Amino acid sequence: MQFPILSVIVFTPLVTSLLILLMKPERKTEVRVAALAAASFALLLSIWVFISYDKTAAGYQFLEKYSWLPALGISYHVGVDGMSAPLVLLTGVVMFTGVLISWGIDDRPREFFAFLFLLAGGVFGVFVSLDLFMLFFFYEIAVFPMYLLIVIWGWVKTREYAAMKLTLYLFLGSVMALVGALAMYWVNYQNTGILTFDMLQLEKAGFSGQFQYIWFMPVFMGFAILGGIFPFHNWSPDGHVAAPTAVSMFHAGVLMKLGAFAALRVGVMLLPEGAKQWAWLIFILAMVNVVYGAFIAMIQTDLKYVIGFSSVSHMGLVMLGIATLTPEGLTGAGLQMFSHGVMTALFFASVGMIYDRAHTRMIPELGGMVKALPFVAIAFTVGGLVGMGMPGFSGFVAEFPIFMGVWKTQWLAAVIASISIIVTAAYILIAVRKVFFGKMPAKFEGHMTPISALDKVALFTLVLLMTGLGMFPNLLAPMISLGVQNVLRLLGGA
Amino acid sequence: MATETLIWLLPLPPLLAFFLIVLFTNKSKTLSHSLAIGAALLSFVGSMVVFARALGTPEFGKEVFASSINWIPTGDTFLKIGVLIDPLSAIVLFFVAITVLMIFIYSVGYHNYGQPAGDHDLAGLPPHGATVTDEHGHQHMVLSIEPMYSRFFAFIGLFAFGMYTLVVSDSLLTLFVGWEIMGLCSYLLIGFWYGKPSARAAAIKAFMTTRVGDVFMLLGIAFLYSVTGTLTYREIFTEQTLHALASVPSGIFGLSAAGLIAVLLFIGTVGKSAQWPLHIWLPDAMEGPTPVSAMIHAATMVSAGVYAVIRMFPLLSLDPIAMNVVAFIGTFTAIFAATIALAQRDIKKVLAYSTISQLGFMLSAIGMGAYIAAVFHLVTHAFFKALLFLGSGSVIHGMEHGVFHTGNHHVDPQDMFNMGGLKDKMPITFWTFLIGGFSLAGFPLLTAGFWSKDEILADAFANGHWAILITLSLAALMTAFYTMRQITLSFLGEPRTKEAEHAQETPWTMTLPLTVLAFFAVTFGWLGIPEHFPGLGGLLPNWIHEFVGGTLAERPEILPFSPIPLLISLTVALGGLLLGWLVYRNVEAGQPDPLEKPLGFLYPFLQNKWYFDEFYQYFVVQPVIWFSEVFSSQWLDKVVIDGVLHWFGRTALSIGDVFRNKFDKPVINALIGDGTATVFQKAGQELRLLQTGRIQNYMISAVALLIVLGAILIYILA
Repeated sequence: MQFPILSVIVFTPLVTSLLILLMKPERKTEVRVAALAAASFALLLSIWVFISYDKTAAGYQFLEKYSWLPALGISYHVGVDGMSAPLVLLTGVVMFTGVLISWGIDDRPREFFAFLFLLAGGVFGVFVSLDLFMLFFFYEIAVFPMYLLIVIWGWVKTREYAAMKLTLYLFLGSVMALVGALAMYWVNYQNTGILTFDMLQLEKAGFSGQFQYIWFMPVFMGFAILGGIFPFHNWSPDGHVAAPTAVSMFHAGVLMKLGAFAALRVGVMLLPEGAKQWAWLIFILAMVNVVYGAFIAMIQTDLKYVIGFSSVSHMGLVMLGIATLTPEGLTGAGLQMFSHGVMTALFFASVGMIYDRAHTRMIPELGGMVKALPFVAIAFTVGGLVGMGMPGFSGFVAEFPIFMGVWKTQWLAAVIASISIIVTAAYILIAVRKVFFGKMPAKFEGHMTPISALDKVALFTLVLLMTGLGMFPNLLAPMISLGVQNVLRLLGGA
Repeated sequence: MATETLIWLLPLPPLLAFFLIVLFTNKSKTLSHSLAIGAALLSFVGSMVVFARALGTPEFGKEVFASSINWIPTGDTFLKIGVLIDPLSAIVLFFVAITVLMIFIYSVGYHNYGQPAGDHDLAGLPPHGATVTDEHGHQHMVLSIEPMYSRFFAFIGLFAFGMYTLVVSDSLLTLFVGWEIMGLCSYLLIGFWYGKPSARAAAIKAFMTTRVGDVFMLLGIAFLYSVTGTLTYREIFTEQTLHALASVPSGIFGLSAAGLIAVLLFIGTVGKSAQWPLHIWLPDAMEGPTPVSAMIHAATMVSAGVYAVIRMFPLLSLDPIAMNVVAFIGTFTAIFAATIALAQRDIKKVLAYSTISQLGFMLSAIGMGAYIAAVFHLVTHAFFKALLFLGSGSVIHGMEHGVFHTGNHHVDPQDMFNMGGLKDKMPITFWTFLIGGFSLAGFPLLTAGFWSKDEILADAFANGHWAILITLSLAALMTAFYTMRQITLSFLGEPRTKEAEHAQETPWTMTLPLTVLAFFAVTFGWLGIPEHFPGLGGLLPNWIHEFVGGTLAERPEILPFSPIPLLISLTVALGGLLLGWLVYRNVEAGQPDPLEKPLGFLYPFLQNKWYFDEFYQYFVVQPVIWFSEVFSSQWLDKVVIDGVLHWFGRTALSIGDVFRNKFDKPVINALIGDGTATVFQKAGQELRLLQTGRIQNYMISAVALLIVLGAILIYILA
């Protein structure tokens, strides 16, 4: 039998989560070491998956299938294609860097890491699931620990409000999507007499046009809420701000991708006709995301809100790319998911480091950090350049095809969305200037301890990924375009 | 080495230098500048080899050097990147390689290499000087070395990479990459002295303003791609594609698809080349170190904007409306910026406006279809304007020396009214500046600027563009006037301040580049003397026309000679120079600008740049902030969306409240739940009275019950 690499990736964090809970709470260092070991292991495996994915064969690979509840047609079925393999890698990276960044957490680290790993296991699970039931199962596993992580370790002022808001939004979304999924399940049963949640079979179900028309929106929007689609985006900035650093990294870095990915995987790929019918609406909403998020990010004074709304804007580009249903747009969306994941993880890590020292995130109160924290300044600036879509960084490689695809679909949308390019540059430059340059307020003198070696490793990893991908898009792009071809095949034509 | 391979390698040495300096040699100033200059030299030599091979290729316009690779896959096809050297890029490569190398060398002297570290110098601020003790025990101030010396060379290395990439690129995609990298470097270098609030503001202003242009450019690229499916020049400029582009209407302002794409791309140029109405960033950009002004804001980056339009000429020329747009913006900018330059006191600001104005000349030429003239002026301008900027840096440097000598730091070393008489103190700077200035003014026959500007005017005349001819002639007159004003105020007459008296010539690292550039500012013009020019025509072949003309599918025809534009050229150049000298030769210390009185209210209007900054502040910046703050964030997000959410929340809560307090508690609890209990309780309480515990009472009850039951039984049975 083939080594069940995907299952090992999924269950590493889940098992580690349980093991950590068995350790003694006061042995904090051992907990951290265990967490780091597990994260490194998962990262190595996800790199292995990424590298050994056979690009000539394409399609779903590393498949594993065991029946679970055969009576209901539920099986444990996992595999990756060109779209999800990069996201598995992304999750590995964010998990690894997230653990490094959270080394300093002193308040119940055992429980913290346990929940964080539960979350990570859920995320891995969603990316590799090929069974609709499993996908929902892991989806809920990923969402549930967020509540606890924010409410217990979050920012005192808003954590309860934000955690509740986030949980309600996400459960609302998943309920909408679940109803749609059950509809597919039953209609497929009526048509074929087979009870199955297997997505590879549901892809071939040939749902009627009317069915797809009705059910596409609930399914797509249900997941897209997690991707922060307008007007259901407000949970996201509030959630980012309230969450502790590593959770923000996960949240913006991979959780939002989960939404966009599931919307694509379940919404577009299972209901392609519906997608064609409704693409215009998704297109408009995503376009609003892009511009609107950027404008709001520009006037925020809390650095974490700036990043939070920038995520709303950048995730809008992902969904805009998906909604074009063109090869360019979809490729760009896939690249942007990866690029944005790394970028925003980097942003939140940097902001966390500043906040830990300055105890404020208010931009007007900060200044002159470049001398005290040069590493953070460089990393944040690189993140900013990615966000602006500067050539040489991953953001450009992702945004350029998206804009090509958008123009092809509807040029006016490209014109409107392009406003965000200017506004994004404005808020990033303003933030960089005010936070890192100028004069450092006297009260911070002596508080600006240098960041630890682990922090440096984390920042360096993220920066390296963004520049590497920016200069050599071929590291990632061919794989994503295989995934895109799969999507296009289902959409027919193109 | 194959020429194509060599072209791929051209941009890399400066990039490598950037990384090496940032990562390793940061601490060593000598090593850092050696790396940067070494890299620039390598690229220079490579460029010259490529250029020489281009010259040696017969029919070079048809046989070009090109190669490309796949970069970003988009489903079934690829976005490609590649290199292309045709006559146009070859000649641009030629001047870029020379000016970049010269500016790199100049920077060594400009940043005071070899001087001691400053007493109180901080990173992010210009050096403030160091105190040294000479052999007699006297203490005095001297210039101090730039604290971020290595970083400067790293940044200009990255910039050079961007510029080379742009020039050798074979497609709009790579062009855009280089374009954006230069934009970033421009931001970093304008804000190089980030300790100065004005520099930080200028950097952001420059980046944002050019970004507005870039967005339009990106849209143009997107449009082009969606129509043709390619971004490579040689695939776009085929007869078939061009024909298709010209025949598809775009639906906007009666433009064809070709026209709209050209206009969108042109707006990118308007931003990058600082044309009206996106010119506002360039004068502020003078906050950067002077080599930066020379390189980015005179020789290379702003030229890249014009280069992009020239590159797109086959597309642009398909649509007369688009051509008119370009011609109008160019011509208007040429005169508009020239008027502002008349009233500036800062030596660098004059040059900044002059640059804007000269770039307007080139665009005006392109808009008229004068392809060769535009290229010609682009090259000559790059030489003489880089020379002038570097010269002005040298002047400022000399003045700073004077400032340190007197110790009076209130004297602005950039204000021309504080100078005077520098001719004798700084002879090399003076002579080279004079050559650059005369070339800019179009001093007849000798200077390169004369030949290229004359060519533009001749084209305007030959094609009957009278409005353009008159406007450009006026602009040229002003150019000669403000150039002479600058030369007279700075170099001629008597020193107006003590500082000017103690100014000193700058080191060889600065004067050598001046001399080299001065050589080209004169001789390059001789390569483009029209065949039919009386006396001189035909002595030297009109190489520019021969070589550059090969880029186009149809070689532009040679203009017939006419004395009228020549007379205009001579009059405006000589007249402007003479007037400038007459008006400014006797300006005394503390005296106001002699133009102030005659111009009246116009003078402050010009000095304040037609109030464009204020206009943008009120009509662009503030509305944008209002839109984000008040409309999007406060109203739509907080009030509407969150309001709806909170309304749902409150409704859910109040539904719960109603359920609980209006139904659950009174009905279910009180009535049914508690109610039942109460009834039983009440009943129990009543019945309890019967339970007295006395046998007699129970007996009575039992007997009474018996009697009653008995009576009932009897009654029923009977």
